[in-house]
Amino acid sequence: MEKFTTLTAVAAPFPQKNVDTDTIIRIERCTGTPKEELGRYAFEMARADPAFVLNQPRYRAARILVCGEFFGTGSSREMAVWALAGLGFRCLIAPSFGQIFFGNCYQNGVLPVVLPGPAVAALMERAAAPGAAPFTVDLERQTVNGEHRFDIGARRKRMLLEGLDEIGLTLALEDRIAAFQAADRERRPWVYEGVSNAHRREK
Amino acid sequence: MPGRTLLDKVWDEHVIEDLGDGEQLLHVDRHLLHELSGHRGQLEIARRGLKMRNPELALGTLDHVVSTVPGRRGGPAPWADRMIEVFRTESRKAGFPVYDFGEDGQGIVHVVGPELGFTLPGVLLVCGDSHTCTHGALGALAWGIGTSELVHVLATQAIVQAKPKAMRVRFEGVPGRGVGAKDMILALIGKLGTAGGVGYAVEYAGEAIRALEIEGRMTVCNLSIELGAKIGMVAPDEKTYDYVKGRQHAPAGALRERALAHWRALPSDADARFDAEHALDCASLAPQVTWGTSPEDVIGVDGLVPDAKPAALEYMGLQPGRPIAGTKVDRVFIGSCTNSRLPDLREAAGVVRGRRVAPHVKAWVVPGSQRVKREAEGEGLDEVFRAAGFEWRESGCSMCVGANGDLVEPMARCVSTSNRNFVGRQGPQARTHLASPVTAAAAAIAGEIADVRRL
Repeated sequence: MEKFTTLTAVAAPFPQKNVDTDTIIRIERCTGTPKEELGRYAFEMARADPAFVLNQPRYRAARILVCGEFFGTGSSREMAVWALAGLGFRCLIAPSFGQIFFGNCYQNGVLPVVLPGPAVAALMERAAAPGAAPFTVDLERQTVNGEHRFDIGARRKRMLLEGLDEIGLTLALEDRIAAFQAADRERRPWVYEGVSNAHRREK
Repeated sequence: MPGRTLLDKVWDEHVIEDLGDGEQLLHVDRHLLHELSGHRGQLEIARRGLKMRNPELALGTLDHVVSTVPGRRGGPAPWADRMIEVFRTESRKAGFPVYDFGEDGQGIVHVVGPELGFTLPGVLLVCGDSHTCTHGALGALAWGIGTSELVHVLATQAIVQAKPKAMRVRFEGVPGRGVGAKDMILALIGKLGTAGGVGYAVEYAGEAIRALEIEGRMTVCNLSIELGAKIGMVAPDEKTYDYVKGRQHAPAGALRERALAHWRALPSDADARFDAEHALDCASLAPQVTWGTSPEDVIGVDGLVPDAKPAALEYMGLQPGRPIAGTKVDRVFIGSCTNSRLPDLREAAGVVRGRRVAPHVKAWVVPGSQRVKREAEGEGLDEVFRAAGFEWRESGCSMCVGANGDLVEPMARCVSTSNRNFVGRQGPQARTHLASPVTAAAAAIAGEIADVRRL
């Protein structure tokens, strides 16, 4: 996974609330479009409008998206994050996020920053102002533009800073997983035996 | 020491390792897969050169991209057939069964999992689909995951997660005629908003929940994600234990007895503390219907379209201040992981029986699984729907998400028993009104949004 340390980039304002993952990437694009090509279909319906924020030349190079409340609500489709990453976004800032989408961001080296509503509103205004300067998101210091401090768990922070892959980390705990299952089989045998027996009957 | 919640109890017995910082590595007891997210995860795990760790704890079915045309044996197009074939082949190689066309177990993952006894009280179950919260209706701890997490589960049979806070919602009172599980949960989302449950696992309790059959509880839990919560749960009770009894993958004999003793200890203790508590009176509820483009945009079917969210009203083609009833509809969809189970179809058929679908309405019933379809046909429900002018189709996700091309036409208005009324969800420019099966049936007959109590 690509590391995330400090990002200085153009920020685009997208104040709409409750932006759902269907809006970010349509279901037709989730059925076979290669991951690398999803960026061109991000916000497909909204981009048909020339006034849409990401159609404006000044935001073409944006890598930070300042979002309205509850961004990424809805379906679990990780393609929503892939599509945003495909457009170049590495950091999303919002008062709140859809919970599955939020987790999917971390899996792809995209930093979801939660800030209080007034702070997001201030950043939104700043991103929209004519001639706005680029934003700087510093993960080590957990700040946006040096003034807005955000929370992030130490483990997730380290994974982003070092570009660590969660599967690799968990595979290293294989002995713990095996020990858990061995003990759990004694405690809750039906969890393992019931379904295995049915599987054997299937065959 | 204060008592423990259902969430506490089920969560704690799945902790493999505390990773610090609030995150834990949890054991996954049950992994449900479908062809759309499943095949992508399978290709990815192969690309990474990893193997599936516990195929004996997994089960697959076909739902998202399958055709629902009567008599179908595949997808609606070659790309879908290729996807299905990849899923079949990779699942066979990995060593877990996929329920295929013509088998009882083919259908929507969240209908099939409980139906097969794969979903059990107290298990931790995940699936690459946000409506996995449905399985909480049996007292399972269940949530939807993305592709990366899906690959993680395939490779490790575990998942990293921070424990959510606990919310309890009590549904009190006895709902009136024409009001059921779908109306209860839509009303709650209307009250708390679609972000009301963010950061929580929600336990649904109260006499109205106890009175619901397991299928109704699934409808309630299904919309937890529309409340902003990844997880919804109902404490298991005798109805739950009766429901799972004798099902294909459920424990039997001595194993069931051991499981029962364990399950009976799972409900929240009387003195358990919740981080948030809400209550909703069901006795005063009218049948609910959405008017906007978010599930929180909901009113009683006897109400007026509110003067709010102008963009949503414009998209929906509605005028504020007018009664929502009487709004002409073009399509009716009875189906989806929310409302496609046998009791849903029975209730809808009860409204439809002896009546005719309005001539301008195209109305579909899409049973949730082949088993639901077979059992409904055994009761003659298919004949009731067909005689009224409904199409009786094959099982799948269909028009809830349209991944298989089952779409509502642009600008057309659909009353749908599904769970999302987002802009474009049922097709570009499609206008969706979420409602219960009986309200959807009433709309099909009346040709407009109608109060089933007055039909």
